[in-house]
Amino acid sequence: MSDRSQTRKAPGELLLSLRGISKNFGAVSALTDIDLDIHAGEVVALVGDNGAGKSTLVKVLAGVHQASSGSIEFQGKPVTMASPAAALQLGIATVFQDLALCENLDVVANIFLGQELNPLRLDEVAMEVRAWTLLNELAARIPSVREPIASLSGGQRQTVAIARSLLLNPKIIMLDEPTAALGVAQTAEVLNLVERVRDKGLGVIMISHNMEDVRAVADRIVVLRLGRNNGVFTPDASNQELVGAITGATDNAVSRRADRLREAAGEAI
Amino acid sequence: MSQQLDRADARVSHATGLSGTIKAFLDRVKSGDLGSLPVVVGLAIIWTVFTVLNPIFLSPNNLVNLLFDCSTTGVIALGIVCVLMLGEIDLSVGSMSGVGSAMIGVLWVNQGVPLPVAIGTAVALGALIGAVYATLRNRLGMPSFVSTLSGLLALLGLQLYMLGATGSINLPYGSKMVEFGQLMILPAWMSYTLALIPGIVMLVVGRSTNARRRAANLSAGSSTGLILKAVFTTIALLAIVFYLSLGRGVPWMFALFVALVLAMNYALTRTQWGRSMKAVGGNAEAARRAGINVRGIYISAFMLCSALAALGGVLSAARLASSSQQAGTGDVNLNAIAAAVIGGTSLFGGRGTAFSALLGIIVIQSIANGLTLLNLNSSLRYMITGAVLAIAVIVDSLARQSRASHGRG
Ligand SMILES: Nc1ncnc2c1ncn2[C@@H]1O[C@H](COP(=O)(O)OP(=O)(O)OP(=O)(O)O)[C@@H](O)[C@H]1O
Ligand SMILES: [Mg+2]
Repeated sequence: MSDRSQTRKAPGELLLSLRGISKNFGAVSALTDIDLDIHAGEVVALVGDNGAGKSTLVKVLAGVHQASSGSIEFQGKPVTMASPAAALQLGIATVFQDLALCENLDVVANIFLGQELNPLRLDEVAMEVRAWTLLNELAARIPSVREPIASLSGGQRQTVAIARSLLLNPKIIMLDEPTAALGVAQTAEVLNLVERVRDKGLGVIMISHNMEDVRAVADRIVVLRLGRNNGVFTPDASNQELVGAITGATDNAVSRRADRLREAAGEAI
Repeated sequence: MSQQLDRADARVSHATGLSGTIKAFLDRVKSGDLGSLPVVVGLAIIWTVFTVLNPIFLSPNNLVNLLFDCSTTGVIALGIVCVLMLGEIDLSVGSMSGVGSAMIGVLWVNQGVPLPVAIGTAVALGALIGAVYATLRNRLGMPSFVSTLSGLLALLGLQLYMLGATGSINLPYGSKMVEFGQLMILPAWMSYTLALIPGIVMLVVGRSTNARRRAANLSAGSSTGLILKAVFTTIALLAIVFYLSLGRGVPWMFALFVALVLAMNYALTRTQWGRSMKAVGGNAEAARRAGINVRGIYISAFMLCSALAALGGVLSAARLASSSQQAGTGDVNLNAIAAAVIGGTSLFGGRGTAFSALLGIIVIQSIANGLTLLNLNSSLRYMITGAVLAIAVIVDSLARQSRASHGRG
């Protein structure tokens, strides 16, 4: 990991560029004046406290919510994300925090939802084979792809949601807390996957509360705080700096706890 | 042989052979995935009771009459399956069928418009009304419960307005239309041939699917099981056709209904549209995020429902040889909705089959027919049909709870 900065290529073409994005829900401004750039072959980690607006930003980019103001450019052309279908069409795939799966459908149907092979005579065999291939790449532990999603564990569902995002060979993939429910091996697979798709030249936006995971794969760490940009960091920024930016103060719960532990250790000696 | 793709997980027990298939079926039923089981059991009970009370019930010609009666409301119930699939409802199908029936009388009999044009106009008007309901829902967020309830009244008014002072228009006896509704029977050779087709299709499609699955290194069903299933289906269908042929035979109108059921079944299970219907019924927001045109799905379902209701009305005009103010009133509405639910389509959305319209309407018409044979009037019929509907909804709710606790969505 130490020589990662050398092996990493310079980021490629500018894929997505946000300027002054704001999003209001009634009186609540969930996002205010957000700027963000995503390049091909780059992993951008989006971090921030609960309620900072990370998921809202992802949903704006996925076409689920429409921005109240601001502009979005995709590969240099201004675009409006009028609907999720429009975002998918551009090549922006998303794993949502709440996964957004249909519990009454089986794994194959969920992975291919909206993208079924052979619309007038569904090709179940080809879809099942492709589903297994995607799932095996993610080291998924899924007993059967013909059971309804309702019978899967939280982590298995998350894997299904990730597999679905890979289906369309997107240009940008957005993962909202993709490893929150995953086991050790599956987390490692997802991080491997993030690096793999980055090396294939995709842009990746990853949201995570786990700083270790973030440092392991991110090229840039973008901090949101109370719906605003609050600094951009490189993975070798100190914990102190990051936590400071996330919580908005050098004197915060995390640093106080660290100090207290240090003091306790000092007294013990 | 290398490990099959879908057999890598040692925790899952896989059904092998015939006993395995039966065990898998029992497991599914226990976890609340009942399918058509309750309605088949219910039907067996109802038929036994009525046959004991009056043996005429099971006579071939009575059953042929039963099938004639099933076809009109059955077509309406088929449309109801579509909207229930989305967790929506259309309460106006009865009035819509009344309007469809009135249009035949007014356009064809009174105005002399060619019959196909009159039928086409009625069905197109139905589709238009359905599009209105869907638009009210999509644009204004109006619950279908409310929009179709107002539609029920408005369409009833339209029906009365169209029929005018006389209130009833007789269809000419001896016309193809009335013969279709009352007399036309499939020739015996044709009904036997048609009865062979499902088994053959099952066998051919099943074999080619199994071969493709093996080629793709997936587990495939046993060919013995497949052959048994096909043979069993064929024998059952041939037996039914034989028994009906002891009377008049299989009505054309019922054949039309079954053809519509089969077409709907294909559309719901084997096409992208059907998959999207289930997805929207299960989780509309997830479907939208997957890029599905959710509004389009609502429009298609409501249009199909109202168009099929209008077609059901056309068929009932043929069946009764008249377009009257009574058409589509009374219990038609509730029977159509009850049939879909009794047949196993969930009121909660996301779960249902086209066959539920077929099975459900046979249950309802059996009750009506059996009670008529016992010379019991409609008061009792309403009470019993109401009770059967309540039982069906209770079974649906219990199965839903059981599915939730067994993780079957
Ligand atoms: N649909 C909505 N309607 C109203 N307010 C909303 C909606 N979605 C989000 N918000 C508000 O926007 C703010 C940002 O929420 P968001 O889900 O983006 O946070 P987040 O950064 O993803 O947090 P977490 O780490 O907990 O996932 C919150 O204050 C939330 O209450
Ligand atoms: Mg979030």
